Amino acid sequence: MSSAWQAVWAIVKKDILAELRTKETLSMMLIFVLLAVFIFNFAFDLRVENVREVAPGVMWVAFVFAGVLGLNRSFIQEADKGCLDGLLMTPVERSVIYFGKMLGNLIFMLVVDAIALPVFSVLLNLALVRWDIALIVVLGTLGFAGVGTLFSAMTANTRAREVMLPLLLFPVALPLVLAAVKATAGVLDGAGLREVANWLNLLIGYDVAFLTISYLTFDYVVES
Amino acid sequence: MTSQAKRWPAVEARGISKAFGRYRVLRGVDLRIEQGEFLALLGPNGAGKTTFLRILATLSRPSEGRAWINGQPLDGDTRRVRQQIGLVSHQTFLYGDLTAEENLRFYGRLYRVPALEERIAELLQRVGLYERRHDPVRTFSRGMQQRLSIARAVLHDPPVLLLDEPDTGLDQQAARMLRELLSLMGTEQRTILMTTHQLERAREMSTRVAILAGGQIRWDSPTAHLSTAELAEAYMELVERRPTHP
Repeated sequence: MSSAWQAVWAIVKKDILAELRTKETLSMMLIFVLLAVFIFNFAFDLRVENVREVAPGVMWVAFVFAGVLGLNRSFIQEADKGCLDGLLMTPVERSVIYFGKMLGNLIFMLVVDAIALPVFSVLLNLALVRWDIALIVVLGTLGFAGVGTLFSAMTANTRAREVMLPLLLFPVALPLVLAAVKATAGVLDGAGLREVANWLNLLIGYDVAFLTISYLTFDYVVES
Repeated sequence: MTSQAKRWPAVEARGISKAFGRYRVLRGVDLRIEQGEFLALLGPNGAGKTTFLRILATLSRPSEGRAWINGQPLDGDTRRVRQQIGLVSHQTFLYGDLTAEENLRFYGRLYRVPALEERIAELLQRVGLYERRHDPVRTFSRGMQQRLSIARAVLHDPPVLLLDEPDTGLDQQAARMLRELLSLMGTEQRTILMTTHQLERAREMSTRVAILAGGQIRWDSPTAHLSTAELAEAYMELVERRPTHP
């Protein structure tokens, strides 16, 4: 393994270890995502005839809001006790720090998604645990974690950081959420992945574009 | 310790200025620290000591001027510069949920420290925390955390150690232990630059003191024949009778 990947892995491992010890982020995200789907379930009175239409939106709104909770904590943890400065002082590329934090966030979000999907499936009475939905969830979550990690670093040292992150992130993440909702709705309506290829391409394009932009700009974002 | 060519000063700053918007904190700082020197940088709050140290630590870029650490320019490959410096601040840079050993292991991997486990054990023994190595850092007292922070800063054996008011918030006993530990580190031919506003402590610990006032180095003297009274007089003259903020 190259030294850059060893450093990325060290950061991911550190985040997982800290999370396993406290279980704060994962439990918070999980409780939120389950509460959200329960509330939507009752608020919309999801009956058999309309559930298929609103389910993709409900699912992605829950994922995105839970994701923001995790992202908010990601760099707050680093800002605490000046750990971000400690990280920035190590002789690794700033992009290594970005990818390490991004992969950690992605893993936490995917764990929450993986636990929430079967629950959604039961509550909404829809077959959501399937490989085509899983592919859309992975692509959507990757893009969201990618751009979210950049904005999380940007807002970590601001005064109203909990509010600033969603304010900055949601407008930028809108095309991603739209593509993810449309692709999910398409496959739930019985379309194959070929038929939702436009939305999948948008997801892939977004992921590639924002991971590249984040990689290139992270150095400037964390520079004081 | 990494061997350094003696022809390079350990730290060299030429005309370093830093402005935050219209407010200029540093106004052309010139400073040269030779290999093995222990320089205490004095100055009141807001004088720009921390800003200057953050620039040397590659955490902030100067608005003007250039600096070198062991001949490596700060505006060049900063990874090579960062390998040569350790920073101890009043913030510990430690993760509270990880144990002392896990914190050092994490930083050691990023610094690619050879024989890491042996180095961790050695440093934990030196800072007196070996018995507590499996305890989460959040259970440590402020003094213990600061000792571990020193172990973290010297983990990769940097030839230059930057100390930013390392004893802030420590009680007298913890501050004394910290001073003893730092003195020990200073005897290893490490170059140390420490900011403080404790005149007596600065004179006792360092081989040279400089005073930063009005964004510039205004006074610079070896401590060998310097009394605390002389230092206090110079400090009063430069700091207390001169407005800090232009």
